[in-house]
This record gives sequence, C-alpha cells and structure tokens, in this order.
Amino acid sequence: MTASIAAPANEEKPVFYQREEHGHAEGGSTMLGFWIYLMSDCLIFAVLFATYGVLGANYAAGPAPKDLFDLNLVALNTAMLLFSSITYGFAMLEMVKGNQRTTLMWLAVTGLFGLTFLGIELYEFHHLIEIGATPQRSAFLSAFFTLVGTHGLHVTFGIIWLVTLMVQVSRRGLIEANKRRLMCLSMFWHFLDVIWIGVFTFVYLMGMLR
Amino acid sequence: MLTRLKYLLLLPLALMLSGCNLVVLRPSGDVASQQANLIVISTVLMLIIIVPVMFLTVFFAWRYRAGNKEAKYEPDWDHSTHLELVIWSAPLLIIICLGALTWMWTHLLDPYRPLSRIAEGQPIEDAGDPLEVQVTALDWKWLFIYPEYGIASVNELAAPVNRPIRFRITSSSVMNSFYIPALAGQIYAMPGMETTLHGVINKPGEYTGFSANYSGDGFSGMHFAFHGLETGDFDTWVAETRAETGALDRISYQELAKPSENVPVQKFGTVENNLFRFIRDRCVEPGKMCMDEMMAIDRNGGLGLAGVNLLQQPMVGDAAVRTALFGLKSNVVTGICTIEEQEAVADIGIAIGKPVNPDPLVGAGLARRSFLPFRTPLLDAQLQFSRPSGS
Amino acid sequence: MSENLIKMIFGRLTLESLPLHEPIVVITFAVVAVMGMAVLGAITYFRLWGYLWREWFTTVDHKRIGIMYMILGIIMLLRGFADAIMMRLQQAMAFNGSEGYLNAHHYDQIFTAHGVIMIFFVAMPLVTGLMNYVVPLQIGARDVAFPFLNNFSFWMTVGGAILVMMSLFVGEFARTGWLAYPPLSGADASPGVGVDYYIWALQVAGVGTTLSGINLICTIVKMRAPGMAMMKMPIFTWTSLCTNVLIVATFPVLTATLVLLSLDRYVGTNFFTNDLGGNPMMYVNLIWIWGHPEVYILILPAFGIFSEVASTFSGKRLFGYTSMVYATVVITILSYLVWLHHFFTMGSGASVNSFFGITTMIISIPTGAKIFNWLFTMYKGRIRFELPMMWTMAFMLTFTVGGMTGVLLAVPPADFVLHNSLFLVAHFHNVIIGGVLYGLFAGITFWWPKAFGFKLDPFWGKVSFWLWVVGFFFAFMPLYVLGLMGVTRRLRVFDDPSLQIWFWLAGFGAFLIFCGIGAMLVQFAVSIMRREQLRDTTGDPWDGRTLEWATSSPPPAYNFAFTPVVYDNDAWWDMKRRGHERPMEGFKPIHMPKNTGVGVIIAGLSVAMSVGLIWYIWWLAAVCFVAILVVAISHTFNYDRDFRIEADEVTRTEGARTKLLAAGE
Repeated sequence: MTASIAAPANEEKPVFYQREEHGHAEGGSTMLGFWIYLMSDCLIFAVLFATYGVLGANYAAGPAPKDLFDLNLVALNTAMLLFSSITYGFAMLEMVKGNQRTTLMWLAVTGLFGLTFLGIELYEFHHLIEIGATPQRSAFLSAFFTLVGTHGLHVTFGIIWLVTLMVQVSRRGLIEANKRRLMCLSMFWHFLDVIWIGVFTFVYLMGMLR
Repeated sequence: MLTRLKYLLLLPLALMLSGCNLVVLRPSGDVASQQANLIVISTVLMLIIIVPVMFLTVFFAWRYRAGNKEAKYEPDWDHSTHLELVIWSAPLLIIICLGALTWMWTHLLDPYRPLSRIAEGQPIEDAGDPLEVQVTALDWKWLFIYPEYGIASVNELAAPVNRPIRFRITSSSVMNSFYIPALAGQIYAMPGMETTLHGVINKPGEYTGFSANYSGDGFSGMHFAFHGLETGDFDTWVAETRAETGALDRISYQELAKPSENVPVQKFGTVENNLFRFIRDRCVEPGKMCMDEMMAIDRNGGLGLAGVNLLQQPMVGDAAVRTALFGLKSNVVTGICTIEEQEAVADIGIAIGKPVNPDPLVGAGLARRSFLPFRTPLLDAQLQFSRPSGS
Repeated sequence: MSENLIKMIFGRLTLESLPLHEPIVVITFAVVAVMGMAVLGAITYFRLWGYLWREWFTTVDHKRIGIMYMILGIIMLLRGFADAIMMRLQQAMAFNGSEGYLNAHHYDQIFTAHGVIMIFFVAMPLVTGLMNYVVPLQIGARDVAFPFLNNFSFWMTVGGAILVMMSLFVGEFARTGWLAYPPLSGADASPGVGVDYYIWALQVAGVGTTLSGINLICTIVKMRAPGMAMMKMPIFTWTSLCTNVLIVATFPVLTATLVLLSLDRYVGTNFFTNDLGGNPMMYVNLIWIWGHPEVYILILPAFGIFSEVASTFSGKRLFGYTSMVYATVVITILSYLVWLHHFFTMGSGASVNSFFGITTMIISIPTGAKIFNWLFTMYKGRIRFELPMMWTMAFMLTFTVGGMTGVLLAVPPADFVLHNSLFLVAHFHNVIIGGVLYGLFAGITFWWPKAFGFKLDPFWGKVSFWLWVVGFFFAFMPLYVLGLMGVTRRLRVFDDPSLQIWFWLAGFGAFLIFCGIGAMLVQFAVSIMRREQLRDTTGDPWDGRTLEWATSSPPPAYNFAFTPVVYDNDAWWDMKRRGHERPMEGFKPIHMPKNTGVGVIIAGLSVAMSVGLIWYIWWLAAVCFVAILVVAISHTFNYDRDFRIEADEVTRTEGARTKLLAAGE
C-alpha cells in the first residue's frame, strides 16, 4: 500500500481533479444493471425449479406427468418460443443497420410468436384444469403450474413491453435511448428462452421419463 | 472502561447464579450431561482467543489514547506479514479443534442414534430394551403413548431411571419442538413426519418438558411434567394408569385433538392398536388415505387420471376447513384400503422400523464407519413397501 | 345495500376488523392520530407541502433519499422498541398465576411485529440510508447509477412500513413469529389477515430493497472516480458492494418463497401444506437461504463503518486493508453455506448437521481476522475518543461475546439444548445490537456533520451511549442465564417463580435502553437548536481520510465540482498530505437528473393494491394493478429526464464555500 503512494510522488504535482467534465454516459450502467436484474430473476426461477425438484414427485395419489403431458404440443410450443428468439435477433440486426421499418416488422413477428406460445400454454392449462388436474390437486401440480405459469407471466410482460417499445420506436425512431431499451428487452427475451429450455428439459422431458 | 463495569455486573451475577437452577448445564440425563460438557469445552476453547482480544482492545485503547504522547505514533504502519499470519491462523487453529469436536460429537450425540451407555462407565448391556414412547404434539398439549403397556397420558410423562428411552415424535397440525432440558436435547415434532430422540434419565425426580417452538395461541401452556421414577415406582405408575377407565381410540383421539389450552393431566388405560402410526400418517379419520400408502402409490407413478377425483371433504374437527379462495375446498385423499388392511400394513411397518444399529462408537481413535451416513427425518419411507398400492 | 354488494365493495373488511375491543390499541391509535394530525397540521400551516413534494418526496438526489431512509428507520425504531418494551413488561408480570396484561392474540402479534419491524424497517432502511448517502460521495460520483429507481426503492420501503403500521389499527398482524413458518402461517391455522399483511408488507418492501441493491452495485462498479481501482476503494464501499451483492442474490429467494406461501393461502395450492404432498420443511429451508445472508447484509456495512471510524479516529491507515477486503468477500460467500444451522433440530442427520455447523464456525475466522485488524489499527495510533470511536470500542467488547455464543450455537449438540431458548434470543440481540446497531449509531454520529454541516452534541450523545451500553448488558445478560435455565422464547406466562427476578433485570435493561433512545432524540433536538455553535465549515470535521470529506458539508447537489482523481485508498488523506489545491475557476455545466413523482405514485398504488389483496377487495387490487402498469408505461414515454446546472451556478456555490473556508482559518 505504501508503494502506491510513492508511485505518483516522482511527478512534480499530481493531478487531483479531473478538469474536463467526462461524465458517465447516460445509461452507461443500464446494461449492467439490467443484467444483474436478470440474474436476480433467474434466482426466482431457481427457487421454483428447486421446489419442483423437491415436490415434483408428490402426486398425492393423483396423476403424474406421464398421464398429463403431450410432448408434441410442448415441442410445438418450444418451437414457437425459439422462433421468436430468432426473429428478435433479426430485429436487432436491422436495428444495428438503422432500418426502422424492418426492425418494427421483425418485432411484430416476434410478438406474434410470443402470443402463439402463450395461447398454446393457456390451452394446455385449460385442458389440465378441465380434466381435474388443477394446481390444488397435488404438490406436483402446484409446483408445475407455478413454475410454468411464472414463465408464462414473464412472457406476457415481455409482450406488453414489446408493444410499448414498438410504439416508442415508431414515434421517436431508433434513437440511442430506444436502442438501449431494445437491447434490454432482447436480453430479457433470450433469458426467457433459456429458462424455457430448462423447463422443457426438466419438467416435460424428464417428467415423461420418470 | 467497559470491562470495569462488567466486573461489577459479574459479582451479583455470580451470587444469583449460585441460587438458580441452570438445568441446561446441570441436567439429570446422560445425553444432556454430555451436551452440557460440550458447551463448557467449546466455551473454554473460544475463551482462549476471546479473552486476549478483549484485553488487548482495552489495553490498546488506553495505551494509544490521544493524550498519551509517549506512545509511538506511526500513521503509515498498516501491514505486517507476521501479524497477518497470526491473526488468520489463531482463529483457524481454534476452529480446527472445534470443528473436529463438532464432527465427532454431532455423530455421537445424534438423536437418532441408539444409546451406547446409560451413564459414564455404564454400558448399555445392563439396561435392557429401550422404553418406547410415542409422542404427539397436539394443539396445545402433549400426548404420550406407551405401546409396550398399551396406555397413554396427556401432559404427563414418566420413565424409569437408567432405562434408555426411545421417543418417536410427530405432530397433529403445526410444528412444535419436543424438549425436556434435564433429559436430552430437543427435536422438532412435525405433522406427517416422524423424528426420533434417544435419552436416559439417571436421577429420579420431577422435571419439566415443553414445546420449544412457538405453535400458536396456547403455546405458553403447552408444558408437561416428566417423572423420572425408580423401577418399582414406574411399575406402580403404569398400573395406576392402566386402571384408568378412559380409552384412547380413533374417535376419542379426534375429540382430544381439537385445540384446547392449559390442559390438565389425562390418562388412558387402553389405547387402540397402531394409533400413533395413523396419527403420523394423518389418517385417523376413517376413509382418509394414509400418507405412507400415498407415498408408496406416488413412488409407483400415482394413480393416473383415475386418481384425480379421489378426494373427500375433511371431517369437521380434524382441521379447519380451508379458507383458500379459489379451487378445491377439500384437501383429503380418500383411502383405498380398509382399516383392517391399514392395520396389517402398520404391523409390518413397526417390525421393520425398529432400531437395528447399536454400533460401536465412531470417532477419533475408534473404529471407523463409512462417512456420510445421511439420514433424513424418518419419513415413513423407512417402512419399505414392495407392493404397488396398499390394496 | 345488499350484503353481497357490501362484500364486493369491502371484501372481508368489516367494522369488527377494527380492534376497538383492545384498549391498548385504541389508546395508541388516539395518540398516533393526535400526533399525526399535529404534524400534518403544522405542515399545512407553514405551507410546507409544496416544498416537501418538490424538494424531498420527488427527489432523485441520493443524499436526500439517504436522509429520508434514516428518518424512516428511526421512526420505525420507536415502533419496534415500543413492541420490545411491551414484551418485557408482559414477561416481567406474568408470574404466579398472573396472565400479565396482554392476551395471546395481542402478545403473539407483538413479538412477530417486533422482529419484522426491527429487521425490515429499522435495520434495513438505516443500512440502506447510510450506503445511499455515503457510497457515491466516497467514490467521487455525482449520484447513483439509476437515480429514479433510487427514489422508487425508497418509497416501496415506506410502502411496506405503512402496511405494517396499518395492521396495528385495521385488522391484525401475523401471529406466527417473524419468519411465519407454515403450517402455522398456512390458511388452515392462520385464516385471518395477519399473515397477508406480513406477506404483502415484505413483498412491497422487498421490491424496493432488490432494486436499490442493483442500483448500488452498478454505482460502485461503474461510477468510481478515475484512479480508484477495486483495491483502492474505501472499505465501507467494499462492504457496501458485498452487502448489495448479497441483497440481489437473496431477496429474490424471499420473494419467491413468499409467493409460494401466498399461493397456498389464496389459491389453495399445496406447497407447504400437510396433505396432498406439501412439505413445510421446504419453506423453512428456503426462508433461511434468504434469512442467513440477510444477517450479513446488515452486519457487513456496520463492519465497514467501524473500519472507517477506527482508522479515522486512530489517525492511522487501516491495518491489513487487503486482508480486510478478502475477509469481507469470504464472509459474503460463506454466508450462503450455513443456512441449515437455524434448524439443526429438524433432524437432518449427523453429517449434514456437522457440515453446516463447521461452515458456520469457519465464518468466525474472517470475522476474527477483522477484529484483529481493527485492534492493530488502534495499535500505534493516536486515538481520539469521540462518540463514533466510543461506539466502536463498545462494539468490539460486546460483539466478541455475541460471536462466541454464536459459534457455541453452531455446535449441533449444544444447539439441541439451546435452540429457540432465551440464550438464542440473547445471542442474536448481542450481535444485532452490539454489531449492527452500534455500527449504525457510530455511522450516524460520524457522517451527521457531512449531511447537515454541524456536529451532534457530544454530551447527550455520551448520555445516550452509556444508557444504551449498560442497558444492553442488563437487558440481555439475564436472557443468557434464563436460556441456560432451559427457558424457551415467545412464552407469554410462566410457572416457575424463581425466574421472575431475571425478567425484572431484563425489563430494567429495556428501561435503560428506552432512556438511551430518549437521550438520542434529545441529542438530535439539542444539536439542531445549537447548530451555530456546532457548525463545521471545513467539510472535514474529523480529519477524515476518504473522498466524502473533500467536499463541503452539506455537499452541493452535484457532490463534486470536479471529479477527484484517486491515487490511494485513503484518497482524501493523500490529497491533504500532498498539498492538493482546490480548483477555484473553470467550472463547467453539470448534467443532473430531474426530480419525478412517479416513484411515489407507483409505491402508493402498490400499497393500495396490497390492501385490496389483504382484505379481498378485488376491484381495488385490479384497478391499482392496471394503474401501476399505465403509470409505469407512460413514465417510459418521458425521454426528457435531466437538466444542466449552469457553470455560473457552480461558480457561485463553490465561491461561497471558498469564503467559508477562508473565514474558518
């Protein structure tokens, strides 16, 4: 520590103040901040996964994954979400090129894929509840509905956000602030994809194997 | 300045302490005595480092006060490798010792472990079979069942001195903690689960036991007397209890389980067979599926869609009807066994559930067993079922 | 009106929900109402509403938000302490067949509220407040990374506090203990609104805490002055960084756990129920995965404060800066590996218990190293025994005892006899009061002159100090003894008359602490009245070492006219020693964020939504939820969020300071 004092001492007069207003660029911490937020959100999912891991085999003498899940439907659903990630990627590429119109178009496609995903998921939930496999029936079903439902809720908010951003981009164009926001939503959207891959593997595939 | 004050505080403290009953440090059961010894040993170990630190704090504060111009002042002195080594290694050494002690004694005094001695120098051989007591925490009283004698008591527990006791503990609705400070440490009583505690009382006398985990309105009154009795006296106690006319069966248990506070001692001369097991598996109510049965079914993949509607309304008095806003108002799975079948299964279960491991001690210098003998609380998984369902 | 209509409008809120049958609550309500009306009346009379709204409620200035956090913490300390002294009184009275003066329904709410309030609404706001105020100044920043979020976080914390306070007068609070273990907190055993108040208060405040954690991490990582490498950060900034990492990494666990509990209660799911496959042990594990790091969230900043104070008042560099930083980081990581020591008695088996016992003990190694570091900071120093240093001394002597009993409780067989006893209660008060609270008091007296431009009155400070310290020993040493006598916690009445003397002693200690709090309030009042005599014009009243002392007291809105350049971890001390010159001209305009009321509005709507959910007033909850979305979205349409402080104004402000400094010499 003493060495660090000695270092600038050989200069005549160390500079103690920065004369130029360097300023931290506006929004300079946004990416980092949003990334940390995503990690905290990831922990919420971690808890839900852990809960599913512990309670997922407590069927209370009721139905088990094998009796309930339709892998074809879920595979279709997964495809919808993965496609939406790809189209979001296209939107970002267009954004970098500065093409407002095509960016908006790809965003709209992303939103449609997202809505399809939600629609299929709601159909699945509806079906399960109709045959009596409600979240109240067993701890397994509680954990299942909560984990998958929380993901669905995130997608819902993602779509609301997407629509908001589309309005903002069409009003103000691809200004710096909007680009930053599109970046954040991009991270959010891909994050949900990653979570879904976990859900698909852990809940559906492994559930069918059990 | 503070230390002087503390000495002043300590003086009356010492006087008062001599007058009061520090039951945790001077218990009457062998397990609790060993736990008390461990407290003393650990404290002494830690004082090796705590006392010098406190002394140095006061000494440095006095020596290097601003008014003392004779003391050395070195505003830039901020590092010394030697000192750093000492300040990290001294606590490390203490913790290594303490950690070794902890590992050893946690295994030796594991509440699940059958006793290996009844007192210092008295190995277990002379003591005979342990006395089994089945403990249920109810809202807000304790129920003790003695399967060996077919009797039961509420808020009163008795055991002969120098005979190992094996408590099997569960709870009817919420979490409690079963604790008799003079006998042995505590362990949680949890609904739908079974925990085990081994202990032995070495001196006759009347001790207190209570719930050490807050459980609701009547918690303060949830204590009981624990009588350590000479063998003859214990036999008398058993005979007296047997002579009581009260009988504890499924019906009277449900009456007893209703919430009540500051409950006086009650005794039951006869107890329905396997009642404890039904309490633990939450199927005292006739027609309700027992948890062990449910778990056996679940292990084999549930009952499929056919099981979706296998539900019934809970009987009033077992638990308040759920107030959840949405969804089902019933939370009880209908059993698919008859009571006779359940009882048959229960008999198998108890035969398997008996302790089989009076192994020699493990620890420094003693015979070693493989590491990681993980044990979860005795869920009824201990009862090994091979059949796909309980029918 | 038909019954159904009333039920639709008011949910389960009825006139009977008001605890009019509890005279204590009614009197408290009357007192609070009268005092509240007086304060509101005074604000109206002096026409302060506009000023408060513009300059304080909507502010995005980290300094003002920090001060508001401190005020919130101190107000809630009074409420939490009122609960404490009521418990002490009840336990001192309820012997020999006496039921005391509190029934179970009331007493059980009090000990639950005491724990919840002291942790979430006293310790957390005070810690967050200090970090908010000090960290940007210490790293030479203009503000935090996300100033609007900062304001929002604060108002969410207030929202949680409002819900807890509301439960006192409308309905009831939880009667479950501060962690609300199911099945006791489930719908079967606790059907009332108490647990719902608990859940929503913590959820609302938890959002604020998590966001402020993210905010401060970004601030520390991204906004340090040039030259301030990680290993040149002031130690308080380091501990703040670790604390905020812990916050971000644990509060989501709390949020998720409480969501599961609320699903059990509202929707009838089976996570923690007894039947249909639920498992209450899951909740206990999850809540302590949050709960144990929470303890370190509170204590780490206190450790940072003690480090700053010890080094400043010994006039000496902090001994072993590097090992101090590593110790902090090690504690941060290890705090995740010990949660199970809170329930050894659940019966996890010997090997699991030993593992968690030993990891717990390992934490005492870096903690011990820290104590030694403070010790050797004092060694060969010139110690000035001003109030912050006195608190530090009291901490070092008190905390070691608490640490020792903590390690003792980490030995599982010892824990089997001491768990849930008053010994445990004494232990955690020993570390929380002797560690966190003393640290906060040291911090408050240390940084008060920075925030307000005058020192605190030392006489009343010392009175308060001695009352607190002596009161602490009287209040909690008897609890250690009672624990060894096998007395468990949360009991309302006692049978054994020989215990009563110890409860009297503890009650006397609580009374001393009561006087200590009183003396502290007097100290604040006296200091404000005598502010001219206590005035500090230098901005550096203690001969400080870190950058916050380089600017004026109170600092201007922009903190530093020119960003300082850092060469040493005691940056300001280094600048003073090597003859820095304060720049007098060449000021440039400074970009600053604009104030906004959106934070207050969203937090208010969140409280209203929670009230709707607690009382089953569904229309209110739905309306508020939609309103929150609308307000949040429309806020994102506002792109015009900052303004410039012109160079003239900076020149004027700095010129005024130059005059003050010259007059002081």
